[in-house]
Amino acid sequence: MADPPGNNGQDAPGRFSEFVRSGRRSTLGVLWARLPRRVRAALPAFTLIALAALYPLYISSLPTGIPVIRNFPALDTGVFIIIYVIMAVGLNVVVGYAGLLDLGYVAFFAIGAYTAGWLASGQFQQVHFHFGAVGISEDLRGIHISIWLVLICAGIVTALGGILIGLPTLRLRGDYLAIVTLGFGEIIPQFFRNADSLKGFDLTNGTFGINPIDSPGFGNQLGKLGLPADYQSSFSADKLFYWTALGLLLFTIFCCVRLRDSRLGRAWIAIREDETAAAAMGVPLMRTKTWAYAIGAFFGGVAGAYYASYTSNANPSSFLFQISVFLLCMVVLGGMGSIWGVVVAGSILAWLNFEGLANIGRYLNDNTPLDFEVPKYQAGIYGALIVLMMLFRPQGLIPERRRKLELEEGVHDEDTLYGERHE
Amino acid sequence: MAIVLLWLAINLAKDPGDFFTVALIGIRNGAIYALIALGYTLVYGILQLINFAHGDVFALCGLFSSTLILSVFHLDETTAAIGIVGGVALILVIVMAFGAIVNATIEFLAYRRLRSAPRLSALITAVGMSFIVQNISLALYGERAIDVPDLLPRTTAFSVGGVNAQWDKMGVILITIPVLLGLSWLVRSTRQGKAMRATAQDPDAAAMMGVNVNRTISFTFLLAGALAGAGGLLFLLEFNMRYDTGFELGLIAFTAAVLGGIGNLTGAVVGGVLIGLIQAFNEGLSWGAPGSDWTRSIVFGILIAILVFRPEGLLGERTPEGA
Repeated sequence: MADPPGNNGQDAPGRFSEFVRSGRRSTLGVLWARLPRRVRAALPAFTLIALAALYPLYISSLPTGIPVIRNFPALDTGVFIIIYVIMAVGLNVVVGYAGLLDLGYVAFFAIGAYTAGWLASGQFQQVHFHFGAVGISEDLRGIHISIWLVLICAGIVTALGGILIGLPTLRLRGDYLAIVTLGFGEIIPQFFRNADSLKGFDLTNGTFGINPIDSPGFGNQLGKLGLPADYQSSFSADKLFYWTALGLLLFTIFCCVRLRDSRLGRAWIAIREDETAAAAMGVPLMRTKTWAYAIGAFFGGVAGAYYASYTSNANPSSFLFQISVFLLCMVVLGGMGSIWGVVVAGSILAWLNFEGLANIGRYLNDNTPLDFEVPKYQAGIYGALIVLMMLFRPQGLIPERRRKLELEEGVHDEDTLYGERHE
Repeated sequence: MAIVLLWLAINLAKDPGDFFTVALIGIRNGAIYALIALGYTLVYGILQLINFAHGDVFALCGLFSSTLILSVFHLDETTAAIGIVGGVALILVIVMAFGAIVNATIEFLAYRRLRSAPRLSALITAVGMSFIVQNISLALYGERAIDVPDLLPRTTAFSVGGVNAQWDKMGVILITIPVLLGLSWLVRSTRQGKAMRATAQDPDAAAMMGVNVNRTISFTFLLAGALAGAGGLLFLLEFNMRYDTGFELGLIAFTAAVLGGIGNLTGAVVGGVLIGLIQAFNEGLSWGAPGSDWTRSIVFGILIAILVFRPEGLLGERTPEGA
């Protein structure tokens, strides 16, 4: 079918305006076509953000008892979903932009959570240090720093951790890097589990984990201005945690979009497409890769610290290898490198993880002769999803345009499974 | 390195009997690791793919052989010695065939379609396949750890200078050796083995010389699966097995393969035995050992150190790419 003249845009709005021009004009369609292209491009994202931001206000009027999924996610599930999406967007920097497979992202999550544990709890009874902490008595021993600062500290500590892990390993080829990161992902939680008596010093409280961890808040001074003094004791704690998480996610997305379009982001993509050519063009490989690692780690650390503060707990049993794979699944499903794809796929997968699979399983067991514990097989379901995506739609659900071109035209050099060998 | 040797020497001097008993345990574990590590190394050699699903194929094979032992052949401690030997030999053959078929099926269904895809895609697919195979084990065998009767008696076969060598440990080593010899013969002396080596070196040139590359790759997966099958049976005879055993064992075995030099068959065996010894010394020696809490950290620490400082492994060759 030949394109009608005047329609040089091949994207969805273009096709839509063609439909509008074909005679069946509706007022809405005309209005849509008149909007500037930038607004049209940004509208889905803004709708998504608005829907998410207003979610706590309209959740109570949403129907329950819907077939298959039963109900919409509760607010506390919403917080967990957002925390996971933050991590997925962070992982997307490493895997999607720079093309480095990281199978140990959970290590950054753990480091962030434990940093929050160290800086905002009574773990170190030897010291007595308060700085802007809210909702706790002044006489409590231990280090208690305001959670807002802790989030930043956790991000920085984790980024440093990422650099430390990255410096020796980033010289390795892709698949070796995957296995080394996997190794770190296993070692670091095990270290936290075992480090309760390092020469008699209790660093992590072993299998019990560090708790309680302080909650965020603005303190009594700012509280007088109408800001919540302390989340945990507030009547609308869930809403506050939800909105704060959403704010962190938006900050993460903003950073990632800006980074992608920056000099550094272009360097990452150049490395992903062809490492040798990028090096020949003067892209410093090690420095660029290390930045990808550090920035990816930063967001993992922030998410970990917020998670610890929300659950008031940093426990070694919550940092499993499965989480690394789960996050990778979000990135792959959404489309490597595509932020909005990762956000959408991440939200769906995280919801499935926390509520969806259990609900769907219960629905299947009640309404069909099947007797099948769906949540038990979630790892297998994610595995199958990953494999099917890789086989049939490697560019992801909402592909990034550039990535799609790469896959279709094969920009990659020899880095295929069955490629040339350098002997 | 010197400190580790010193530590071993002190332990040897303190209690030689204990030291050698622990060493025997290490060699026994090492034999099993070597079998699995060979599977990683074979596949990596030919496709340059870390087959993450391999450890889970190993676990599935082990669980499958538990069915054979318990429900099909009904073997237990009271079976006559000849029955046990014959039964175990038969089960070994069946489970090796089973592992071979499972592994080749995985290759056929997933990896074959990704030959021209970016390597990252293949690697991610392998991780996905690993979870699928693990969940097949979970669906078939549940979350329970599965145990079989002690078919290989835990009594002493012979003892040298106060060190007891039990039948079961010797049995594992005695089963492993012929399997390794068979593999070595297959790769070195047969036409198919030659085709494998040629494909590993350069698939395009091999294809031009008339090697059927796809069939050779399938054959490699068959071999790797068979070795995983043998490893699964031996592991089951000595330990409990769960659906997720394969994940950790797979990582240890992969470390062994890297330690020896990935792609190098002798290296995988050497690496397997070394890792087995390191683990046994860490968990079994009485003086100054970090203990089993830290085993995983030590094994991964070795993996990372090897990859960073000597990525070609102990016996590997340095390639221009720096591995």
